[in-house]
Amino acid sequence: MNSHASLLDLRRVSQVYWSGGRSFTAIKDIDLHLEEGEFVALLGPSGCGKSTLLRIITGLQKPTSGRVLYRGEPLEGVNPHATIVFQTFALFPWLTVLENVEVALKARGVPAKLRASRALDLLDRVGLDGFETAYPRELSGGMRQKVGFARAMAVEPELLCLDEPFSALDVLSAESLRGELLELWIGGNIPTRAILLVTHNIEEAVLMADRIVVMDKDPGRVMTDFRVDFPHPRQRKDARFLDLVDRVYMILAGHTQPEHLELGTAPGEPGRTRALPHISIDDLAGLLEHLDAMPGNRADIYALARELRMSSDDLLQLIDAAELLGFATVAHGDITLTSLGQTFAEASIRSRKEIFATRLRRLPIFKWLMAMLQAADRKQLEWDVVQKALELEFHEEEAERQLETVINWGRYAEMLAYDDSSEIIFLEPGAGVSGPH
Amino acid sequence: MTTESGPGLTPRLFRLAQPLLRPFSWGDFVVLATLGVLLFLGVRLGLAVPEVLKASEISLAPGVLPYYAALSCGRMLAAYLLSLTFSLIYGTLAAKHQLAEKILLPLLDVLQSVPILSFLPVALLTFSAFLPLAVAVELAAIFLIFTSQAWNLTFAWYQSLRTIPRDLEEASTVFRFPAWLRFKHLELPFAAISLIWNSMMSWAGGWFFLMAAEMFSAGQRDFRLPGLGSYLQEAANQGSIESLVWGLGTMVCIIVLLDQLVWRPLLAWAEKFKLQMVESEHPATSWFYDALRGSLLLKALWQRLLFPLFAALDQMLLRCFGQPAERKVRETSRPWLRLALGGLGSLLLAVGLWEAGAFLWQVSFGQWAAILTGLGATLLRVTAAMVIALAWTVPLGVAIGTKPRLAALLQPLVQVVASIPATALFPVVLLLFLQFPGGLNVAAVFLMLLGTQWYLLFNIIAGASAIPRDLHYTSALLRQRLVDRWRTLILPAIFPYVITGGITASGGAWNASIVAEYVQFGGRSLSTTGLGAIIAQATAAGDYPLLWAATLCMILAVATINRLFWRRLFRLAEERYRLD
Repeated sequence: MNSHASLLDLRRVSQVYWSGGRSFTAIKDIDLHLEEGEFVALLGPSGCGKSTLLRIITGLQKPTSGRVLYRGEPLEGVNPHATIVFQTFALFPWLTVLENVEVALKARGVPAKLRASRALDLLDRVGLDGFETAYPRELSGGMRQKVGFARAMAVEPELLCLDEPFSALDVLSAESLRGELLELWIGGNIPTRAILLVTHNIEEAVLMADRIVVMDKDPGRVMTDFRVDFPHPRQRKDARFLDLVDRVYMILAGHTQPEHLELGTAPGEPGRTRALPHISIDDLAGLLEHLDAMPGNRADIYALARELRMSSDDLLQLIDAAELLGFATVAHGDITLTSLGQTFAEASIRSRKEIFATRLRRLPIFKWLMAMLQAADRKQLEWDVVQKALELEFHEEEAERQLETVINWGRYAEMLAYDDSSEIIFLEPGAGVSGPH
Repeated sequence: MTTESGPGLTPRLFRLAQPLLRPFSWGDFVVLATLGVLLFLGVRLGLAVPEVLKASEISLAPGVLPYYAALSCGRMLAAYLLSLTFSLIYGTLAAKHQLAEKILLPLLDVLQSVPILSFLPVALLTFSAFLPLAVAVELAAIFLIFTSQAWNLTFAWYQSLRTIPRDLEEASTVFRFPAWLRFKHLELPFAAISLIWNSMMSWAGGWFFLMAAEMFSAGQRDFRLPGLGSYLQEAANQGSIESLVWGLGTMVCIIVLLDQLVWRPLLAWAEKFKLQMVESEHPATSWFYDALRGSLLLKALWQRLLFPLFAALDQMLLRCFGQPAERKVRETSRPWLRLALGGLGSLLLAVGLWEAGAFLWQVSFGQWAAILTGLGATLLRVTAAMVIALAWTVPLGVAIGTKPRLAALLQPLVQVVASIPATALFPVVLLLFLQFPGGLNVAAVFLMLLGTQWYLLFNIIAGASAIPRDLHYTSALLRQRLVDRWRTLILPAIFPYVITGGITASGGAWNASIVAEYVQFGGRSLSTTGLGAIIAQATAAGDYPLLWAATLCMILAVATINRLFWRRLFRLAEERYRLD
């Protein structure tokens, strides 16, 4: 196998969405290079534009700017040499397993006589013989994804794109399917030249890929790109494996910044408004309590993910919130409870709310909203008005989610009230007046 | 041979294991019987076409009913096929071209609220301009039925094209499905269930207007087509109760047969097009579908003849529409074409507006005043009909929806009664009401009610049966009084459904006013004050400016009421009273 020929080249690819006269950058200036023989994992938190990037690479979407080269040629339309295995399987529910694979062959113009035998052979290879006449709804998630793989193999793609293919499966079938895919890939049994795996599961990336590209969000960009150069089969208990997982967590969790950077600025002011992570406060309290019970009130983040059986993505969001509120600090892949976080974890429900409220008052987005409500007629504002104002900083969908989070947190802290039927946000009596500054 | 393989004698357990030993199943029996009956009917009808069919008079002899029924069904079928073709093309254009969408969707909205009966003289005049009168009348009737069938089908197709799940859409693009494969394996299957349901609705709407389409007068002339609709009207004109009963009986028979032999099997077959990835708990079933599926005869026919035929057709279509359907972003690459089309369109529109304006000028001041008075009267009547409909459908619908035992008893009955097109019942109602004080004025409300109450009833049943059991239990545990239970649970839960039904019902009532407020009955014509009466009279008198003005008024009224009243309630229902 000629393993150093260039397959795919992205040069300063950006995707910008416009809404209401303002633009939002989904991904910015991405350079990515893929060679034959590579298995690359694209890793990052949700919202970092991984899936957008995948759509651009397969030609489903045209980037706003930048160039996409495939084997040195600019990509026009859908890439005929690439295919996708979808997170949601994307099987046609009205076609049988066999027909689902056959239809891909039919679209390629394979003559009717060859189709059935080719499809049967593919199904055999992924271990689905005997299920040809079943409909997808009769199969388990793992088996459905096998059909998805068989269908993708049917078109003999040079570049196989996997869009979080294991994240909708249960733990065990995901693990066995990963093993089977690796077997096919390493054994060279498929004509595929390169695999691009989009995932937010850190262990999955370390387990499977030769190279990991780590992305960050706001805007989506490549943070770092490194090789994983120990041989397959990799063991999850191996020291090198654990070390690498720890390193990736370290990169993704980052370091707690000085407060003014961590908090960002208020909407409409110069500088970035910090997006609030969308977490539930109960989960946050649970995390803090867990840390409080640990020796030294600290934990290794990757170990924490295993203990709490959380996906890395959800855990990183919680940690993000804990940092933002000053309940914990993150350094070198470890999270440590602050004394405030410790107080919170040990406090009663009432006092927790008070602590939470004092922390919220420090967040620029809350200061901004409280000031607006104070100034407003009857101290109330319509949802739409606030959302429009937030849309100066976030795109429409994100603005809506931010406002949802703000109201959730504000309600918990008893600073805000919200009437769903009239869609009006109120100031809780007394909430805006007191409070130390 | 067939008696041996009756359902009682063939244990179905063995059929699968030893298909060759038992070549006939009860399914074959059904298939053979159906074929036999069809052949017999065809031969009988074909051999003995009575002369009356060619006469311009409508015969009331019961023996002529099968022919009339066949003719009416043929008209319905022709109109339905036309509607389906129209919907597929129009919906596809609207869904796939941004520019087209901007024009086609609002246009569809308008077309939907146009009182269909106003189309008839226009259609007739257009067709008779270049066709022999007999053909033109037939085509005009088919066109009228078409206008009552097409719009909801078009909306359904457009809606489902727009709501195809993104992952399936992307899979088809990534696997480079040619246009034909995309249509066959993605778009059509995804739309199937919605299309079937809407087809059933379209047929119901078609029966409603069939009555009016087969017998009408425009200007000084009467047009009548032999058919079930004209039979019923003629029966009413002559006041023959016996013929009315015969006609209605035939109608009910046809509707029940279609339901059992066409729609139920289709729905059972369409189960596989459900998108959900779990087996449904209450799949649609049909005995006829099971019979067809179990039939070995049909299987042999399918394998030997139909399958190769379809495969060849599939191959041919794949060759014709074999280009990968890539979304073209280059619509702007031919600006001159767009400019030219746009210019031509605006010119035609301007000319049309000018002509229409000049037309309206001919309507006198007195006529405008009459139109406004009529508008008020019809509005009152529509409101009355809606209030009466709500008053009885809410209690009954909730009772049926919440009590499974009652539902099992009443549901089939209600379905049969509801399936009789209201226009077929008009003559019966008139015979009754015209003897009482109030006459047509009251009868018209009742006639509107007949046509519209079912939308409400069925929606309310659906809403009431969607209330989760645990909410009922909670309400019982809280020992809520009946009034409180209605206020806190039942009314909020059925509210969205009432609104959905109400929108359709109110539109339908406006439309029905045309047939309800002006009737030709027993050789004389009766009318009452109302917008519908003005439209109907203008049609009969051939006063086209007045017809045009009154129709325009009705469109505006319906559209305004929809926008200002129903849409708001609908939004409220969607946001506040959703149970999910």
